[in-house]
Amino acid sequence: MGMLFSLVAVIALAAIAFIGVKLGLLGLFGIILPYLAIIVFLAGFIMKVVKWGKSPVPFHIPTTCGQQKSLPWIKQNKLDNPSSTLGVIGRMALEILLFRSLFRNLKTDMKDGKVIYGSNKWLWLGSLAFHLSFFVVLVRHLRFFTEPVPGWVNMIDAVDGFMQMGVPHLLMTGVVLLAAGGYLFLRRVFNQQVRYISLAADYFPLFLIIGVALSGILMRYFIKVDIVKVKELTMGLATLNVSVPEGIGVIFFIHLFLISVLFAYFPFSKLMHLGGIFLSPTRNLVNNSREVRHVNPWNPEVHVHTYEEYEDEFRELMKEEGIPVEKE
Amino acid sequence: MANKPKPDELLSNINYKPPRTQWTDTPVEFKKGYYCYAGRPNNLEYISLPHGRKWSSTDDDWQLVDNWKEIFLEGMENLLKKFRSFRLFMDICVRCGACADKCHFFIGTGDPKNMPVLRAELLRSIYRRYFTISGKLGKIAGARDLTEDVFKELWYYSYQCTECRRCSVFCPYGIDTAEITMMARELINLLGCCTDWISGPLANCYRTGNHLGLQPHTIKSNFEYMVDDLEEFTGVRVEPTFNRKGAELLFVTPSADFFAEPGMFTCMGYLLLFHKLGLDYTWSTYASEGGNFGLFTSNEMMKRINSKIYAEAKRLGVKWILGGECGHMWRVLHQYMDTMNGPADFLEEPVSPITGTKFENAKSTKMVHITEFTADLIKNGKLKFDKSRNDHIIPTFHDSCNTSRGMGLFEEPRYVINSVCNQFHEMPENTIREQTFCCGSGSGLNAGEIEELRLLGGLPRANAVKYVKEKNGVNMLSCICAIDRAVLPPLVDYWVGDVDVCGVHELVGNALIMEEGEKREIDLRGEPLPGMEEKEEED
Amino acid sequence: MKIEHILLEKKQVIIKKWFDLILETYPAETAKFMKAQRNRFGNPVGHAISEGIEGLFDELLQGMDHDKIALFLDNIIRVRALQDFTPSKALGFIFILKKVIREELAKKIRDNKLFEELMAFESRVDDLAQISFDIYMKCREKLYKLKASEAKKLTSIIMQRANII
Repeated sequence: MGMLFSLVAVIALAAIAFIGVKLGLLGLFGIILPYLAIIVFLAGFIMKVVKWGKSPVPFHIPTTCGQQKSLPWIKQNKLDNPSSTLGVIGRMALEILLFRSLFRNLKTDMKDGKVIYGSNKWLWLGSLAFHLSFFVVLVRHLRFFTEPVPGWVNMIDAVDGFMQMGVPHLLMTGVVLLAAGGYLFLRRVFNQQVRYISLAADYFPLFLIIGVALSGILMRYFIKVDIVKVKELTMGLATLNVSVPEGIGVIFFIHLFLISVLFAYFPFSKLMHLGGIFLSPTRNLVNNSREVRHVNPWNPEVHVHTYEEYEDEFRELMKEEGIPVEKE
Repeated sequence: MANKPKPDELLSNINYKPPRTQWTDTPVEFKKGYYCYAGRPNNLEYISLPHGRKWSSTDDDWQLVDNWKEIFLEGMENLLKKFRSFRLFMDICVRCGACADKCHFFIGTGDPKNMPVLRAELLRSIYRRYFTISGKLGKIAGARDLTEDVFKELWYYSYQCTECRRCSVFCPYGIDTAEITMMARELINLLGCCTDWISGPLANCYRTGNHLGLQPHTIKSNFEYMVDDLEEFTGVRVEPTFNRKGAELLFVTPSADFFAEPGMFTCMGYLLLFHKLGLDYTWSTYASEGGNFGLFTSNEMMKRINSKIYAEAKRLGVKWILGGECGHMWRVLHQYMDTMNGPADFLEEPVSPITGTKFENAKSTKMVHITEFTADLIKNGKLKFDKSRNDHIIPTFHDSCNTSRGMGLFEEPRYVINSVCNQFHEMPENTIREQTFCCGSGSGLNAGEIEELRLLGGLPRANAVKYVKEKNGVNMLSCICAIDRAVLPPLVDYWVGDVDVCGVHELVGNALIMEEGEKREIDLRGEPLPGMEEKEEED
Repeated sequence: MKIEHILLEKKQVIIKKWFDLILETYPAETAKFMKAQRNRFGNPVGHAISEGIEGLFDELLQGMDHDKIALFLDNIIRVRALQDFTPSKALGFIFILKKVIREELAKKIRDNKLFEELMAFESRVDDLAQISFDIYMKCREKLYKLKASEAKKLTSIIMQRANII
């Protein structure tokens, strides 16, 4: 149900953009909605992070995934069980850039009576490809918002198109993004466990991103648009000097609208894992809770059963057994 | 339910197809052997948990208070404000499913709601409905109204999680189901729905200082039995002291270690070790429990129970505290105690009185794990062992969840075992260390009425034990946890057979040479040592 | 001995169907998981079933070695004894094999007039069922013994305490 709902929703969004442009609402789709989306994205993102930040971390709860630092002659696992800030930075970097935990995804198999440790790295590979290519695609798009285009953006472009196939050159990341997105979708459908837990909120962003990638690829290679005019519009957006040139082509507005929706939807969705991962207390804390006291800002006053109360109840019995007491 | 299957149904279990509904609409069915008994009102009252009453988890009417929904939702809002982990973990799960098959309860029972992600979704569906904007869209947004059925379901599955944190190792965002289960149980306790197996030990512990409710004189006389046995087995008379002011160290261990087999054998190991060292230490009858069922109840309850350890250390004027072999006890000591009841500025930074080693990693909390302590002694050559006394034992080692994933204590116990045994074998790689499989009975689930659930939850662990038994002839499952020592024996008895369970310090006690030329013919279990018998015959 | 040949030829098909039908005695979502993953440590339940039934099938065709059969049955039944099945449902998986074979071999049996051999084979399946009863009861007895001994441990503590006091 969630899948169908999300698919219909994304198609409807594309249709809205199509109809809107045909009705001549270029200003709405080219200027107002993108600005709105950016504002909602930024404000929503910040508000969410602030909301997380407002809740304190009362206890020191890193998940330790390697040998602790204890005696000097025992080799500590400094990345999976860090005892210093540097170690935590390393752990977080591995987690954020290389998806360390997903990489762990192992499975054990029996073959001919022997244990085989097979790795189950498809999810790791798929997600890494998905996120990395998304990131590069995003960076590549800087060339629409800068003039002159910085050298490093051009370089990324050049590397991305190293295959030098077709005109214009085929950019690998767009294809990888689409393929990885497709893998993540198919996995959701065909892996029974994942399908059972999937919600509309899982399919919708996936379809949306696939929609963005598809419309982008269509625009670049198949239904070409006037790239000079597109840049005129995007530069206008970037420099707050807006205008919508005539005759850009409707596919561009569909692309732009889907992106706007993605940005506006972002802070209210699971996509916020982008910000959340940095704050995850099981990963970003140093495992030194016996070495340095962690302070809980709301450490509650509680009623305890004191030794005095205890001795009052058991004094005679204790004395009989020769256990020392405070009051004879 | 279907006690009388129709004749056709018999041959055809086959045609049985359950309704293909979404999880949000599949009602919970309380299976026999899978749910705990309800907590008794007198116990709840004793530890000031609200809304105690006589009820049963199979009742249709749980007799929740009229405004239970408000209490639950207010409580939830309160916890969201207090715990970043909770708010974050409610928001950022992408349902990638990496955790799904990492849970021992899911592997053992196959119940999809035991996938960590889905167990968390039970609470997340309520969170979305009442605390997010998109949740107002209802079902399509994965939101659910809080109803009595939804609450019962949450209760049922909150007590099918051992808070072992294995899923959190594999989660790309470190989402920790233990944390979510803890929050769920906090909420459950606001409504007086604690289980009997948790509230009983809690009430005992609050009153007498230990789970079993042992009063001071009982503790002492129990030790006397143990000391007599030990003398009979080893010829050494040890003299433990209780509540002794001015001792250098306070020793705290789970009370099961001095009351139940096979924990008592571990305790004998401690006693021999301390005697050999001439350690100036004392036991306490007031702080006579290392374990802390408050961890499975609420953060306040945990603090109340835990307070006794520092209070007693202060009263007795010891320098620092040594802690015995236990799993969740060490989660509390390592990650919570100093925060809750510290700073322990009345204690000194721990230094081994025998080797002079400073335990830098414990300088604030001032509590050292016994395997850290013993490993240091061995490394510095302070102990002599006759490893052959353990030659009838082929041990493997079960990493406890809490010392593994809440601490990272891996090499210390292995070093100790290898120093006292000749034939140690590891279980398969992804069933040990940070990937260790739970015993299936942690977090207050070692109740008799859920034996079936526990045996199924422990199946992945038992399976790995069976593997090394067949491959390496392993006959002993060693561990550093009192719950393990209580629950692994029935677990391996059911699934594996002919494998015993022991604490690491039992092995230490067996091999430890108390004086030169000492001859030992029986082990700490009072059983004859096979090799030694033969020698006698030869003589 | 012709039926053995046919059964051997069709071994993979029969075992697969048998396995699938056994899994259908579990709730759908559980079954899917057990089907998807068959390794010993990740999915011990599914592994025990798939390994067990293959071994049983081989034994039915070859030696009917009682010890081996008991071992394979034990691996499967030990799990099912804990899973809130009625005894008939817990052991029904044995009889499913009969159904599978009748369906799969119906035509060949008719064509080759193998009814007598089929009956002989089926009575071997019945032998499995008899052994299964013993194992099932043993598992349940063990379960209750474990429960009782845990309860006894508690009372013995109380008794001991009473004596001391």
